[in-house]
Amino acid sequence: MRAISWIAVSVFRESVRDRVPYNLVLFAVLLIASSFLLGQLTAGQDVKIIKDLGLAATAVFGLFIAIFIGIGLVSKEVERRSIYALLAKPISRPQLILGKYAGLVLTLAVNVAVMTVALYAVLAYMTWTESAQFQSAWDAPGIDPALFKAVFLIFVELMLITALALFFSTFSTPLLSAALTFGLYIVGHFNADLRNFEQVVDSRAAAWLARGLYHVLPDLSAFDVKTEVVHGLAVPAGYVAMTTAYGLIYIALLLLISTVIFSRRDFK
Amino acid sequence: MVAGAVLCLAAAVSLQVARDRIYAVREQAAERILYVRSGEAARRLTLDFDALAADVYWIRAIQHYGGDRRAGSGDRRYELLFPLLDLTTTLDPYFTIAYRFGAIFLSEAYPGGPGRPDQAERLLRKGIAAQPGKWQYYYDIGFVYYWHVRDYKAAASWFQRAADQPNAPNWLRPLTASMLTTGNDRAAARFLWEQMLQSDQEWLRRNAERRLLQIDALELIDQLEAFVKRYPPPPGEQLTWEWLMRRSPLRQIPTDPTGTPLDLDPVTGHVTVSRESPLQPMPDLDRRSTR
Repeated sequence: MRAISWIAVSVFRESVRDRVPYNLVLFAVLLIASSFLLGQLTAGQDVKIIKDLGLAATAVFGLFIAIFIGIGLVSKEVERRSIYALLAKPISRPQLILGKYAGLVLTLAVNVAVMTVALYAVLAYMTWTESAQFQSAWDAPGIDPALFKAVFLIFVELMLITALALFFSTFSTPLLSAALTFGLYIVGHFNADLRNFEQVVDSRAAAWLARGLYHVLPDLSAFDVKTEVVHGLAVPAGYVAMTTAYGLIYIALLLLISTVIFSRRDFK
Repeated sequence: MVAGAVLCLAAAVSLQVARDRIYAVREQAAERILYVRSGEAARRLTLDFDALAADVYWIRAIQHYGGDRRAGSGDRRYELLFPLLDLTTTLDPYFTIAYRFGAIFLSEAYPGGPGRPDQAERLLRKGIAAQPGKWQYYYDIGFVYYWHVRDYKAAASWFQRAADQPNAPNWLRPLTASMLTTGNDRAAARFLWEQMLQSDQEWLRRNAERRLLQIDALELIDQLEAFVKRYPPPPGEQLTWEWLMRRSPLRQIPTDPTGTPLDLDPVTGHVTVSRESPLQPMPDLDRRSTR
């Protein structure tokens, strides 16, 4: 466990050295600038749009971090040949994989936390500057605790994407890993269509294949509750819990396969 | 080095300004193109970010409407308004203001809008499909029938359906009854717009304020026409405000509630709201006092 946390902290430090936190500044500037501009353009919908923008930016920035750092977690060590020095230490290969994964998840957690604080700060300012009558037109309060549900599920989705990127990076080149992860990210959002495939095809075999793919491929659309949260619609705690459990089990599966592949890999 | 960078930037800005001046027409034409017309296609293309894409299309819808409304008479086409609102509401089916204000944009008579109450109803029916318990959408369809289509029976039926929804205000049921009996009179119109004035949406309130000013202007015109009839000009003299100011207790040229002088027809003696007034186009309502 100590070895995993040590590797995780070093991955986090490396991401700081790689200037990953710069995206936080960009996020803050984007939100603050938008809050000033949108009031003129959106017919009173500025708080809704700031929420949409803040949640979407959290997801996009996190996606880029998860993919572009995730694909380099293992391959970079192999390219630099620092993998030999690492494996010579009293660290097992599964510990290395889990430590690398935990480090990137820590980086993502800090990013998502800071972005959430920035989003709430901008929303608090907008709520404070608007009249009570104006606020009564909003679907949900400006400073809405329900936003946490959307942020939390974005974070679980990012953890899953990180696990995917890490999985591909254990056996593939960085470029191919990025393409495959991004491809699965897109497929994962269309996954729900596969469930109802029998309604559009006559072939029973094709329908079963589609149903099988629906269960095997990650169902990423389930993590998206942004629209519901922004409009103040109910997102049951049971739904959040089940989706989180689904995400964690999928992550465990990916990490398990990653450690098996990485353990069998020959670096000579 | 810095001077060089500043020089390059200045040159780029100058070129940009010159290009915009020369190719301005081409740029305007490009703005009127809608690359994706299918809401479903847009929803799939935007993956997880459909709500944000809906916001972008909403801003485009406002700009399109505002731009065409301000444009010269030949350029007022509003042809992208419905597709933009349709895309917005497909991408975010809970975007209440896009349905409600979109319906106002669409049903507004030309040149203030495209004059398409049918599209307004289509949009609002889509809102009802997404949120069947929202009384405001039924009420808005009733309003479209009342104000723009002048079908008071259909309006009453939609107001009744609005009244049947949960959390509907209690003034909706008497409104249904009065709609069936009074129809196109100013009292009903004033009552409806006064209800709209209580809306939680600022733009709806502003629209209601304008409509109430129009009704005030119609009331004022009635009083002025009665006054004008009492002072007919002698043969050979033309009826003008100036003549009335000399020969009657009238001391200044009357203005509508926005402060724009009213027009007086020298032949018929009819008083009308000036074409320059922000209250134009004026509604056509029966002359029955509302006060």
